Amino acid sequence: MENIGSFIDMIFVTAKAWILALLGQFLPVWIVVLASIVISGVAILCLGPVIMMYLTLLERKVIGRIQNRYGPNRVGIWGLLQPIADGIKMFTKEDIVPANADKLIHLLAPIMTVVPALMIFVVVPFGRQMTAADLNIGFLYFIAVSSITILPIFMASWSSRNKYSLLGGMRTAAQLISYEVPMTLAAVPAIMMSQSLSTNTIVLTQAGSFGLNWFIFTPWGIVGFIVFFLCATAECNRPPFDLPEAESELVAGFHTEYSGMKFALFYMAEYMNAFTLCGIAATLFLGGWQGPFLPSWVWFFGKTLALICIMIWFRGTFPRFRVDHLMAFAWKFLLPLTLVNILLTALWQFTSASAAWLFSIMILAAMLYMLVKLNRVFVPEKRNYVLAD
Amino acid sequence: MAAILVFALGVVTFRNLFHCALCLAAALIGTAGIYIALQAEFLAGVQILLYVGGVITLVVFAIMLTEHLAGKTVRQNNAQSLPAIVGLAGFVTALIALILKTPWPVTEAALKAKTSAMGLGEALMGTYVFPFEVISIVLLAALIGTVVIAKKDAPEERP
Repeated sequence: MENIGSFIDMIFVTAKAWILALLGQFLPVWIVVLASIVISGVAILCLGPVIMMYLTLLERKVIGRIQNRYGPNRVGIWGLLQPIADGIKMFTKEDIVPANADKLIHLLAPIMTVVPALMIFVVVPFGRQMTAADLNIGFLYFIAVSSITILPIFMASWSSRNKYSLLGGMRTAAQLISYEVPMTLAAVPAIMMSQSLSTNTIVLTQAGSFGLNWFIFTPWGIVGFIVFFLCATAECNRPPFDLPEAESELVAGFHTEYSGMKFALFYMAEYMNAFTLCGIAATLFLGGWQGPFLPSWVWFFGKTLALICIMIWFRGTFPRFRVDHLMAFAWKFLLPLTLVNILLTALWQFTSASAAWLFSIMILAAMLYMLVKLNRVFVPEKRNYVLAD
Repeated sequence: MAAILVFALGVVTFRNLFHCALCLAAALIGTAGIYIALQAEFLAGVQILLYVGGVITLVVFAIMLTEHLAGKTVRQNNAQSLPAIVGLAGFVTALIALILKTPWPVTEAALKAKTSAMGLGEALMGTYVFPFEVISIVLLAALIGTVVIAKKDAPEERP
């Protein structure tokens, strides 16, 4: 039983080692090293689009259920072939480029937007020994690469020569810059406690007995996790933070002027970002692949998919934010909360367990009360429209 | 290296401000590549995070706010190119002379010492804590100054 468990746990690692051993018998060492990189790379390059395809299906199904309808169910059993049909449709569609568009940048933007989304997959720890590249600056790499995602959106919105696109681009910039700050600060406690930026080490420090010593089971962990998850939702432009592409206001925001496969590339990047952000959130606070009984990669994918389902649930439930509310929420509520949370983590480190629980909950409650009081909703006075009456 | 130079040239020669900004971004990413080649991964990460993620985004934001500039093309050089080139040549010569004169401490110990995030953190919080704090205060002052300048005066009370 024990053996079977560990075999399934390490099945992908073993498969890779087996292929490499096979190659090593009749090829020089440097090719084997190269092959090791290529295998991980190809696995990620295949995983990204496949995940994206089936996330769209999952999202349509779940949203359908929330809205009391079936969702796609015509193509294949349970609509399982729907993403492939969508892909064929996207490929055969006409690619329309506006006459006044900046052709080169209009072409580059959708390509550039997929690159950082795929690059983040490199540091996501999918399971025990299943991080493609265990960089010692793993988390910093993630933050740095995800900060590039703003540029392609800008390129798309600027090169389209369309005012709706431009408005979408401006909103994106404002939103992504604002939410990046609390997102990074929310993750700081997890890094402080694991004393490492490497995603793999962060997961390893959450082992404990039964692999259940997750950071979310501490007061600073749960606050950090909630803030991080909200910011992650904002970072990948998902509802209720989907102002950059608000359909009812801006047609489709920055990708108004895109059609066919270029449009699909934006969607692909968005869904891959949603997946990696949920994966990183699970890594930082939910113990990554740690967990009792089940194989490590099952735990990782289970946690990540659970977080994605929460994102979809958000989409089906909440109305969209107003721009000023969005900004106020990031700067006046999340940012002070994360700063207090960092101090709290330091306190947690240096006090005994029970006292730390008491202190932290008291401080957090006081802080929350104060922030809610300070962030009273501003209601503008009622305006009288002379000609409308 | 060559790519960085090409993009850097693009920054100063393109007639469209937005293209220049994108070239600058590419050049900065290339610089991060050099840092990685020199095994300073932390510096590379910070370079991309701050310059590409922060500074370039703000530059592009500013360009977007002045939309009439984004569409039009602007000449980037004027009649003073020649004095500029002379000045630049002088500066580059001085720089090269300085680089050649400086005794770079390439020792076994320095080569072996691996810069890690932990080491950097200890240095910032220990040895260099005073400069670090001074920079923080300067930045804070700048921040408050910006807010004061950008702040609109409170609207007068309506009678």
